[in-house]
Amino acid sequence: MNTTKIKFLMPFLLLFLLCACNSKTEQTGNEETGLTTSHPKGQASVEDDVSDKNILQVAIGSEAHSTLVAAVQAAQIEHVLVNAGPLTVFAPVNDAFDALPAGTVENLLKPENKGDLATILTRHAAPGSFNVEGLKREARKGRKIYMATGDYLEVVVEGEDIWVGGAKVLATIQTSNGIINVVDKVILP
Amino acid sequence: MKWIVASLIAITMVVIGCTQQGARSGALGDNIAERVYVAPGEHDEFYALVSGGFSGQLSVYGLPSGRLFRVIPVFSVDAEKAYGFNEETKPMLNTSHGFIPWDDSHHPDISQTNGELDGRWVFINGNNTPRIARISLSTFETEEIIELPNSAGNHSSSFVTENTEYVVAGTRFSVPVPQADISIDEYKGKFKGAMSFISIDPEEGHMDLAFQIMMPGFNYDLAHPGRGKSHGWMFFSTYNTEEANTLLEVNASQNDKDFIAAINWKKAEQLIAEGKFDVMPAEYAHNLYDESTHMATSTMKKEVRVIDPSKHPGLVYFLPTPKSPHGCDVDPTGEYIIGSGKLAAALTAHSFTKMLDAIENEKFDGEAYGIPILNYEDVLAGTVQQAGLGPLHTEFDGKGNAYTTFFISSEVVKWKLGTWEVLDRQPTYYSVGHLMIPGGNSRKPFGKYALAMNKITKDRYLPTGPELTQSAQLYDISGEKMELLLDFPTIGEPHYAAGIPADLIKPNQTKIYRLEDNNHPYVVKNERDTRVERNGKEVHIYMTTIRSHFAPDNIEGIKVGDKVYFHVTNLEQDYDVPHGISMIGATTSELLIMPGQTETFIWEPKRVGVWPFYCTDFCSALHQEMQGYVRVSPAGSNIQLKWTLDGD
Repeated sequence: MNTTKIKFLMPFLLLFLLCACNSKTEQTGNEETGLTTSHPKGQASVEDDVSDKNILQVAIGSEAHSTLVAAVQAAQIEHVLVNAGPLTVFAPVNDAFDALPAGTVENLLKPENKGDLATILTRHAAPGSFNVEGLKREARKGRKIYMATGDYLEVVVEGEDIWVGGAKVLATIQTSNGIINVVDKVILP
Repeated sequence: MKWIVASLIAITMVVIGCTQQGARSGALGDNIAERVYVAPGEHDEFYALVSGGFSGQLSVYGLPSGRLFRVIPVFSVDAEKAYGFNEETKPMLNTSHGFIPWDDSHHPDISQTNGELDGRWVFINGNNTPRIARISLSTFETEEIIELPNSAGNHSSSFVTENTEYVVAGTRFSVPVPQADISIDEYKGKFKGAMSFISIDPEEGHMDLAFQIMMPGFNYDLAHPGRGKSHGWMFFSTYNTEEANTLLEVNASQNDKDFIAAINWKKAEQLIAEGKFDVMPAEYAHNLYDESTHMATSTMKKEVRVIDPSKHPGLVYFLPTPKSPHGCDVDPTGEYIIGSGKLAAALTAHSFTKMLDAIENEKFDGEAYGIPILNYEDVLAGTVQQAGLGPLHTEFDGKGNAYTTFFISSEVVKWKLGTWEVLDRQPTYYSVGHLMIPGGNSRKPFGKYALAMNKITKDRYLPTGPELTQSAQLYDISGEKMELLLDFPTIGEPHYAAGIPADLIKPNQTKIYRLEDNNHPYVVKNERDTRVERNGKEVHIYMTTIRSHFAPDNIEGIKVGDKVYFHVTNLEQDYDVPHGISMIGATTSELLIMPGQTETFIWEPKRVGVWPFYCTDFCSALHQEMQGYVRVSPAGSNIQLKWTLDGD
């Protein structure tokens, strides 16, 4: 065999070997993928009908919060709302979202605005447990509530009425992982 | 020429690369690792409940992964869970000898209905200070412990009959019954072996020592219940039928054959019903944990019903079995009773059918202490010849095969019931004791895996000084030949195990305790009711926890010399959110309080000052903020009790 022939054959031989090699690699790759992609779960998918309902479960069960729930899902922050917390969520009712300028909600629900939406929603969550007594205590002691976005919201109490960051608290619900304070406004910066 | 060299190098590299890739791929195609790999988030197929031997606990592993999920303290105190440290569980470890915080836990066995695992409870024996425990498979906590009088070295225990009518516990050591100050030389005839039958309440699982059969002064090693056709009989292996009381390693190995004792417990039940028993004074503790009060109570029982088998023909028979049998195992059909003579060259299988025939036709070969000895040849079904050295324990796969462990030759041997031929043998690493096939002690084994438990590991793991971990080894037994898949380290001595499909356990899990059902005498169900009360030198703190604070968290008015009870209720009603608490200078462990539960620890402050307490379980994002202070004043101080949260 002369050198020229070898020179000529060599690329084919290499190609053949590489192909044989690749096909096996690909198979292996598929098997591994099969094993790793079957668990995209998070805490929100834990099945538990024994514990008290958590913040997300209570919100999902409330007709008045369907816009909020849709927004939470669009922003993909469900897992945060079932976390061990402790967490207090100021949950605007549907009317509060409806009161925003026309098109605001629709715009925020677009996939490309996921980050902005998450920020707006996160401004409604505070680490800690603030029920009615807790909110009144904050007002009485002149303390502001530190929100998950870093904002500080003022609590104002007049008689039995409480406002947080300008939104009025309509109801308070104790959940398994924190407190929901239903509010009448979306809390904007 | 350069070209050729370059090309050869290129080819070589591709081939090497390819070979390595190929080898990995080939291994994956027939991959042992993959068969024990349980992907993140996936669940194991079986629970393995592995006893901890001298650690006194029971460990919960998954199979096939070998992952450890939980260590259940049974006959041991456990600072992690406060078991034996908090006021609620201290009574669990009470005995007629006082508070015994340790025992040697050996043979777990899972409750059954109609001869199949039902997954409600697991029972386990304490050898040293004879006790039987019942552990809930809903809470994975020890719920009940009963002490056994007249027993010593509670080894041939704790095996359940096929409807969990009884948990059976046989003594290892024979002792004077009742105990007496006599010379050890008076062993023969004066020492007795008590076989205890503990009845199980079918609803709650509560244990009651129904009766004891007072057997001759042999040693009793293991036991298994009859099933199917042999339901109603219990079989116990004996050794030291020589009745030696010294240097047993020689003196108890003199007889060619010892016995498997067959006890007709249905007959015993009948005798009890007819009043044909003696009542003996006794003293033994019965300790029960109440899920509603979250507290255990200990009651001292004062008598036991005893049956003397020599007075009741038909109650007990002896089946001669070669050379100090250890294992005494009944196959899933209930026909064969396998004796593993520690020093015998062959395994012995007795036939239940032949046993009944020999009894009916009185084919006796003498008697011992009034108990008929059946003629060996007349009850023998077959022997497994040249199986191995030092046979110990046999399990079954439900497909007609048996698997026996051999301590001396360090192997598991698979053989066929009926033909007695050896089918396969696999080494263990090293010196295997017991073997477990899930459902092994039932009519329905799940013959996919066998778990061998090894006493010695020498070079098998990273060394850790003179004491090495013992190990469990998992074999796939679904094919003709056994395949070693995995070995994994265990806690204490993995003496024996029980296994069960996870699907029989998972749906029954307790997730939280409902606060409204909490009847603890010191519970508080909301923060408004939290308080501190003084009664002389006793101070009771009614405290709550919820993410992420204690109420109250500032306490003043405690004095040196006080006995301070922290009664802490976890107000959480959320799965997997316990809180802990620990107090500087407390001589107990921390508490770990489940949602809806109340637990108590005692603190006796000895020094003046302001002392912190904190949450020990990483409960939440603000866990590190979960703390409090107690001010301790001098003994004669007039500082008034005061308790606050956030200054209120």
